Amino acid sequence: MSTTLVKPPSTAPPSEGAAPKPRRRIAGSPGSWLVWTMVAFFFVMLAGVIFSVVVTSVSTQWFGTWLPEGFTTRWYGSAWREFGLSSVLGTTAQVAIIVVVVSVLIGLPASYVLARRTFPGKKLVMLLFLLPILIPPIAYGIPLATVLYKFQLGGTLTGVILANLVPSVPFVVLTMTPFIEQIDQKIESAARMCGASTVAVFFRILGPLLVPGILAASILVLVRTVGMFELTFLTAGPDSQTLVTVLYNAVLGAGIRAPQQVDAMAVVYTGSMLLLLVIALRFVNPTQLVTRLKDEATSS
Amino acid sequence: MTALAEKPPVTPTRPALRHRLAERGIDRTLLLLVPGLVFIVVLFLYPFLYGLGLSFTPDQGGGPFANYQKFFQDPYLRNTLWTTFELGLPAALINVAASVPMAFKLRRPFRGKRTLTTLLVVPITLGTVLTADGLLEFLAPSGWLNKTLLAWHIVDQPIELVHNYWGVLFSLIITGFPFAFLLTMSYLSGIDPTLESAASTLGAGWWERFRFITLPLLAPGLAITFCLSFVLAFSVFPSAILVGDPSGETRVISIAAYHAAREQFDYSMGSTIAVIMTVSMLIVIAAVLLWRGTLYKGATGGKG
Amino acid sequence: MTVRAQQFTELRLDGVSRSYGAQTALEGLDLTIKCGEFVALLGPSGCGKTTALNCLAGLLPLSGGSIWLDDKRIDGLPPEKRDFGMVFQNYALFPHMSVRRNIAFGLRMHNVPKAERNKRVDEAISLVQLGEHAAKFPGQLSGGQQQRVAIARAVALQPPVVLMDEPLSNLDATLRLEMRTEIRRLHQTLGLTTVYVTHDQEEALSLADRLVVLRSGSVQQIGTPEEVYAHPVNRYVAGFMGYRNMFELNVIESNQSLVVLGADGFKLTGVNCEDVGAGGGIAAIRPEDFVLGGTDANRLEVTVEIVEYHGRDQSVQGTLRSGEPIYFRTQGRVAPGDAVTLSVPQDRVLVFSPDSAPPPDPAAT
Repeated sequence: MSTTLVKPPSTAPPSEGAAPKPRRRIAGSPGSWLVWTMVAFFFVMLAGVIFSVVVTSVSTQWFGTWLPEGFTTRWYGSAWREFGLSSVLGTTAQVAIIVVVVSVLIGLPASYVLARRTFPGKKLVMLLFLLPILIPPIAYGIPLATVLYKFQLGGTLTGVILANLVPSVPFVVLTMTPFIEQIDQKIESAARMCGASTVAVFFRILGPLLVPGILAASILVLVRTVGMFELTFLTAGPDSQTLVTVLYNAVLGAGIRAPQQVDAMAVVYTGSMLLLLVIALRFVNPTQLVTRLKDEATSS
Repeated sequence: MTALAEKPPVTPTRPALRHRLAERGIDRTLLLLVPGLVFIVVLFLYPFLYGLGLSFTPDQGGGPFANYQKFFQDPYLRNTLWTTFELGLPAALINVAASVPMAFKLRRPFRGKRTLTTLLVVPITLGTVLTADGLLEFLAPSGWLNKTLLAWHIVDQPIELVHNYWGVLFSLIITGFPFAFLLTMSYLSGIDPTLESAASTLGAGWWERFRFITLPLLAPGLAITFCLSFVLAFSVFPSAILVGDPSGETRVISIAAYHAAREQFDYSMGSTIAVIMTVSMLIVIAAVLLWRGTLYKGATGGKG
Repeated sequence: MTVRAQQFTELRLDGVSRSYGAQTALEGLDLTIKCGEFVALLGPSGCGKTTALNCLAGLLPLSGGSIWLDDKRIDGLPPEKRDFGMVFQNYALFPHMSVRRNIAFGLRMHNVPKAERNKRVDEAISLVQLGEHAAKFPGQLSGGQQQRVAIARAVALQPPVVLMDEPLSNLDATLRLEMRTEIRRLHQTLGLTTVYVTHDQEEALSLADRLVVLRSGSVQQIGTPEEVYAHPVNRYVAGFMGYRNMFELNVIESNQSLVVLGADGFKLTGVNCEDVGAGGGIAAIRPEDFVLGGTDANRLEVTVEIVEYHGRDQSVQGTLRSGEPIYFRTQGRVAPGDAVTLSVPQDRVLVFSPDSAPPPDPAAT
């Protein structure tokens, strides 16, 4: 009674009434048109914002018609000179890079401790590192700027760097701590059993494993710092303006300036940011630009 | 007969202090934490406490709470708090609420998903200032949006969307929604998908699955998403000036603080307003977190 | 528990297939399950057994074929309409609900009135003996307890069919044996039709009324445990069912019932299971079927290499003169280095064709 059968590889067509080939499609179910409408709406707004700026920046004159009367690139040259963009770009780069390096130097050891050790007061320390991210930059920026001015650091490049470090160090800590937690602690023990000293463990074992995390954290800090407005705004002087504060001032003074010039500057800003984004995405995926932040703090 | 040698009494020795400390987690490694702590204390705590102290020493005298009283008695100042809530709460709510159905629909991998998430991240990267500038032109009476609405006869006259509440709200949504969406997606992916399969074998349709399984497990994450979105929205500053009406409709509390500190040079008042801003925000967050504390927050099994 | 499982006569799978893109996970599964039967789907990972189960549950759509419950076609129905109970490999207990609420969930979804619901939940809880844990949450339970909750939740609805997806694989060895007996007891008490997926042949043999052996998406053999154990139909099934020795030899002569194989100075005569003719053949022999110093015609000279002590007997790995390894069990006592002679009766040597096994699956899922 044993029903046996080794079936020969079946090349027969599917039997009558077979279910259609399931190709998981998103479109098709009723609620999804709602979602796609929202997505479309959002992207229309986004495209509108970006292209309004771009088109204006290359227009000769544009007074309320669909498209400008003519096109030109001369605004870029004049914006470059007018706003001193070459030095502004230089300043921005300086600030951003120094902030990244210093915040990693400070934040990485701290996150190692937080990831590996439990000690009395740990929760307090974690809260302390969380605060600069939770509290609005204006709220701590104003007292911070006051203090910096008191110590004659207001308006200087150092002041701007210090101010921008305040949210960046916690950000590095928040990003790196879960990353380090994920690295099995037994790897370090195994290295010690093989005779490695602490320095060796750090540079030969832990270090290479940490590199992707450090890279990701650095890039995230870089992107955030360049785009961070309030802190630089409160602490910058005439020589220490970054791209974003120059842009702000330009837009604010748009009544006096030609809007095309302002927008040319805006396009330079946008271009720089998008370039940074593209570079960043080579190393992190888009979700990490945002969520790396909160995942672990919630489980504490 | 051998006499058993007397064993000398063993006095139990207390383990060295170093070991006792190490048991509790205190050892040399903690030194690595010092730079970070010093940094936070010097550059964050100290200025903040200094500002707090400043707020209690008003320029014009009148006791430590004079500035606070002034804030709440002067409608021009007091209303800024209300205005900020009027902007921040709806923006955060809209962002979080819209993120849920979207995260739901888009959680399975599909072609172009990475492109979509990349595009979504663009506004966050560009920041509030650029978004405000772009909106100034896009939403202007002669901008493309109004033109389209007129061309399709949806309105007879251009609608006022800039230099008022709406411009700022749009700005907050454009820069805030991607953040909320990506966070929500991340929380959603942390929920074990077999839970929904199990629920469906037990007879639950899509709504029941959402209501009894997914939503309760998502709620703690949504609470956090809301808190963070609210912080972002409540901190609104450049947008309120550029694409809003900073002396009227969109005079938010950050503007009041800035005005006091940097235009009136009343640092004490500026700090006061900053403190009020922080405390108000923290009250809302504390309330949400308290509510979150009542929810089940344990492991939900997914890969996160 | 007085479960009156919904009665039906048979559950029929007709040429059920499922593929994604170029990969075929399951091909042409034909199976008819009678009411009350315990059927085990057996095979290594990637063989399609879990796919088959998910298709039955409605969690995966079919690429071809159909599924019938008596004369009602059900493969178009979503899982919530099929009313099959399912026990998942990771239990899938709702972490935010207590044991009681987990078990009651299905009953709530079916709008069973409260009094009746409570009664059935209580019955289910006492059936799996979790009375004192009813108010606890899954996070507070051990693996075995969680598993029992998962089972209780699936049977509380008294479904016509219960599907189990490797429910014991996450448990440690002792617990696994205990729970296996539990599942057997439940099946005997409730008489629910069960489709059970596993990769453990011992489990399948001890629990099932019938086995379905799968490989790379296609059915190799369907039969009772005895049939599959004693008369595997090809080399693949034989290998899976514990015929650990598979000697590739040349055919010396063969007829319809017997084959004589040889190589390197020894000869084996065995049963011709697959119409083996000239060329090569595979002799499959269980380690238990060898007799140390026996008197059957099939004799092998073996040098003992590794001996594992198992209490009553020894599990031995030795080498033939040709250098090939050979595995046997004996209640005698041998030591590494011994030269021994083994014999095996010819009806316990199963000869299969060397190319009967289907090609290995391109990527195990």
